[in-house]
Amino acid sequence: MNPANFYALVGIGLFCIGLFGMIINSHLLRKILAFNIMGSGVFLVLVALGRRAENLPADPVPHAMVITGIVVAVSATALALTLMIKVATQTGQATLPDEDDK
Amino acid sequence: MNRNRLLLIVLLPLLLTLAAGLGYAVLSLPEQPQYLQQLVMDNMADSGVSHPVTAVLLNFRAYDTLLEMVVLLLALLAVWSLDMADPQHKTAPSLVLDTLTRLLTPVLILVTAYLLWVGAHAPGGAFQAGSVLAASAVLLSLAGWRLSDKLTALPLRIVLVAGPGVFIILSALSMVLEGQLLKYPVAQAGLFIVILETFATLSIGATLAALFLGVRPGKINKNKDRKHK
Repeated sequence: MNPANFYALVGIGLFCIGLFGMIINSHLLRKILAFNIMGSGVFLVLVALGRRAENLPADPVPHAMVITGIVVAVSATALALTLMIKVATQTGQATLPDEDDK
Repeated sequence: MNRNRLLLIVLLPLLLTLAAGLGYAVLSLPEQPQYLQQLVMDNMADSGVSHPVTAVLLNFRAYDTLLEMVVLLLALLAVWSLDMADPQHKTAPSLVLDTLTRLLTPVLILVTAYLLWVGAHAPGGAFQAGSVLAASAVLLSLAGWRLSDKLTALPLRIVLVAGPGVFIILSALSMVLEGQLLKYPVAQAGLFIVILETFATLSIGATLAALFLGVRPGKINKNKDRKHK
């Protein structure tokens, strides 16, 4: 297996771990962290697939897209964290209300 | 607990199936397509820089980058509109943080300038430089430093919109010169990219730092004034 495929598989693993964390945890901070891990997995897959053939130079287009994606992910995370703090200060807990609680 | 265990029993096989499916998809991909890559390599000479990623970001697909700057600004507007309370620390920063910040801030600014400049021919560029700049601003704010009130009103906002603003001005200019949005004149492409990247770095740094702080600057002081009256 060439290194690019290995990194891509690691990226898929990260994505699934993040998805797992997002479903399992109810605390919003953990959800946001899990979401970021999912995002990192996607970025890793994209970067790795940009250089699948070992005798060719890396494809710059997916790499440039990943840089764009990282910055957007950071700003979206900042917004999510701010919303979380707002939820926490308004309701006293950093989780979303469950349907069963009603 | 019981419900959680049930969830695990259902969830784990589903996730493993998803992982296996995605893994199969990645491994069974056809050979690396060369069309876009070849297109980039063929036009590198006209791009004004010698690093392909920078060429893609700021020349061939500059429209994406322009929109990305706007997204950053939009996120900041959304955070500011949430009207957060200022988590002001009344205690003085510890000696370690204080000294480290004093030592690191000039170094980080130097690294920012280096990353910005090196982006033309090696990995680096506006986004990396901007995030280092933001990191130094975050460090400063953790050590208790705040922009003076004079600078937070209009000057900060000018810096925040400088990146997208200059981007839009230059793309309008490129429309006048070349008749197409963001198609730089070949001879001046390098200059265009350096100007874009410089302003983008400043804006990205300021935006990320402002996102970290989360408080709309100027707001707290207004409230204080009201209390005094």
